[in-house]
Amino acid sequence: MTEFRVFRFDPEKDKVHCFGTYEVPWEKGMTVLEGLWYIIDNIDGSLAFRSSCRAAVCGSCAMHISGERWNGKYRLACNTLIEKLLANGEGTITISPLSHLPIYKDLVVDMTNFFRHYESIKPYLIPSQTPPQKEFIQSPKERKKIEQSIDCILCGACYGSCPVAGTNPDYLGPHSILKTLRFYNDTRDTAKKERLSLIGNNKGLFRCHSIFNCQICCPKDLDPAGAISQMKMKLIFQKIKGLMGLG
Amino acid sequence: MERNPDIRRDYVVKMLYKKYDVVVIGGGLAGLRAAIEAQSQGASVLIVSKLHPLRSHSGAAQGGVNAPLANNPDSKDDSPEKHCFDTIKGSDYLADQDAVEIMTSSASEIIYELEHWGCPFSRTDDGRIAQRPFGGAGFPRTCYGADKTGLYMLHTLYEQVIKHSIDVITDFMVTFLIVEDNTCYGLMGIDMAQGRLETIVARSVIVATGGAGRIYGKTSNALTSTALGMAIAYWAGVPLKDMEFIQFHPTGIISKHILMTEGCRGEGGHIVNKDSKRFMEKYASKLMELAPRDIVSRSIATEIEQGRGFVYPADGSGYVHLDMRHLGSAKIMERLPGVRDICLDFLGIDIIKEPVPIQPVQHYTMGGIDTDINGTTVVNGLYASGECACISVHGANRLGGNSLLETLVFGRRSGDAAAQYARAQRQKSYLPQSAINSLSKFYESHFRKIAQSSGKEKHIVLKKELQETMDRYVGIFRAGADLQIALDKVRTLKNRFKYLFAPATGLKFNCDITCHLELEAGIDVAEAIIVGALKREESRGSHSRRDFPNRNDTGFLKHTLCYYNPKGEIKVSYKPVTITKYQPEERKY
Repeated sequence: MTEFRVFRFDPEKDKVHCFGTYEVPWEKGMTVLEGLWYIIDNIDGSLAFRSSCRAAVCGSCAMHISGERWNGKYRLACNTLIEKLLANGEGTITISPLSHLPIYKDLVVDMTNFFRHYESIKPYLIPSQTPPQKEFIQSPKERKKIEQSIDCILCGACYGSCPVAGTNPDYLGPHSILKTLRFYNDTRDTAKKERLSLIGNNKGLFRCHSIFNCQICCPKDLDPAGAISQMKMKLIFQKIKGLMGLG
Repeated sequence: MERNPDIRRDYVVKMLYKKYDVVVIGGGLAGLRAAIEAQSQGASVLIVSKLHPLRSHSGAAQGGVNAPLANNPDSKDDSPEKHCFDTIKGSDYLADQDAVEIMTSSASEIIYELEHWGCPFSRTDDGRIAQRPFGGAGFPRTCYGADKTGLYMLHTLYEQVIKHSIDVITDFMVTFLIVEDNTCYGLMGIDMAQGRLETIVARSVIVATGGAGRIYGKTSNALTSTALGMAIAYWAGVPLKDMEFIQFHPTGIISKHILMTEGCRGEGGHIVNKDSKRFMEKYASKLMELAPRDIVSRSIATEIEQGRGFVYPADGSGYVHLDMRHLGSAKIMERLPGVRDICLDFLGIDIIKEPVPIQPVQHYTMGGIDTDINGTTVVNGLYASGECACISVHGANRLGGNSLLETLVFGRRSGDAAAQYARAQRQKSYLPQSAINSLSKFYESHFRKIAQSSGKEKHIVLKKELQETMDRYVGIFRAGADLQIALDKVRTLKNRFKYLFAPATGLKFNCDITCHLELEAGIDVAEAIIVGALKREESRGSHSRRDFPNRNDTGFLKHTLCYYNPKGEIKVSYKPVTITKYQPEERKY
């Protein structure tokens, strides 16, 4: 048995949130997501959370999870094993929703702002020439440059963990900048200058305080903080080139 | 039409009864491709989905998408005709050959288009789209992006949706189609974010809701791949076609049933039994592990049955090993990093150092909503595409890599057809308001019945029983007696469903209510699967009857059609298979 402490809040009914506690039997190999489903199926069907693929690829179930053994972190409920959270097979697992986003109900947040920022950086390929008859040629070495950033599943763990996103809702967020790098580094893309100008401002690159939470918590082991510093360097080089009359 | 980032809020205020030319239900690959096409034809388009499109199960597709690009040195002689033949042979000759010809002849062009939109495929040394061998294919034909092809394709299509400012409503579960006089006028459903019922009026509706895997317990499908999308069309009068053909993927990991892509074998992985013997040579001496999925799954099941598998103590089921150690860490890290992570996360196994315990799991529904080659159904203005539809290009068994191709090719065609239909209807009025109101009332009363039910049955208990029944009696091998047990059981469940306990109140992200609705859909679709399987007294593709072990072309070279009957037994009829160039012959690999 382990105790799940789960954040409960319905903005239409409740003035403040509370934590519901549920006794969940578990066995080796069981995930936090399966624990949450156990609660819905057997204890309280009114609990709300998002989940879909249960294989760490859809990004639905990012939430804040802490246990006896691991400090709290934003992670995916579906690939977090209960046994890794508990010290001696017992104890409490505390679960809260992603931060900085309005709560619909319990663990379900309104991701509108998160996706609005993502959409604002023009997250689609902007090729220049009319496309070739067949595919664009891109060598394996060239593709390697985007290898990391294409794996982002936009789960929102980085955004929830970022204190800057919490204090400034206009901040584009680590995910938007990582996605910018994905297109900036794609040899088929030709809108480098425009992409830099979309994030090279006080809502984007220069709002980041280099706290590196995003790098620590990314469930796909990506490096949004690294992407931010790379993009900063590219912007600075572009400015210098501009000042020297080369850009 | 400007994209409104706050569409959901806007929608609540003024979109009640907002009208669209084309509404697409589902935001996976087929739905997104259909929406992009319909919009490019000048139609006003809305995508409604119970998930954000990027959460769709298409994103979990790993291995790749088939197209005869001939980029691999070993596939120089590949052609659309060869792709077509492989697909038809793979389908055990049940696929409609005109549909397969359409799919394979437009495959290359539609993959190039996706690449031009930015899809990050892996590359060959000369910078072309990389291709790997896949089951049942004569050449390395499967274009891939590492082992995350579906994820990359899904993100690429959603990027185009953003680029073209197509409206999207998420957290909206469609539960009912408005069909009157055999014409579809829109839909109703639960806006889960706002916690209310909503109606959306449309000239045409495309159902693109994916599979029904969660009818089974052991499935690779997402928790959200319930049968509801198929069921709403079924309830509206469209027959379900060839539902008895359920694909079992040979390599799902034990316990969690998450998929190990066919690419594992495409890259050279072996399947071995407990004596460390590669047993596939007994069953398909030429293609070995790369035989089509129905054959590999049956072979694994036979090995386990005959005592040459391992036993997984937690549930007593049998398993065998997928061994990739000989591929070496460099190749695994480059081509199969995703499945390695899955094994590390969920089993604590590193595929570089250890073999993976695997067993066949439910994976795909070859059957679905009956459509023609344009996604058209028998109801005017109602279209379907993707896994929920049955055109049929997969027949009795789908080849790996063809489902992603199907979503693109037939997603595009259905988007086009729906937009054309909507344009032709422009002069006519939408359904009169009074009719919508009366339908809404009908729906609300129907809905309240569920919401106010006060029996003692729990939906989780019924769901578990349904899943156990399907796993046990409607699996890889079937028999008449077993299927009859399953049918009786499902009909009992149907009756018990009327006495469900009262769910939690409210409609806002209410799992109790959504589980109720999905269970009802699951039971009805399961019934169609079992009835189809019981009546098909032969073995073909994924459908193997122990009591009828041979294919019977004189009796059953035809598609099964199941019609919903609210008052009694399912009505079953058949329709012929379209054969153009390839006469059925014995299927050997």
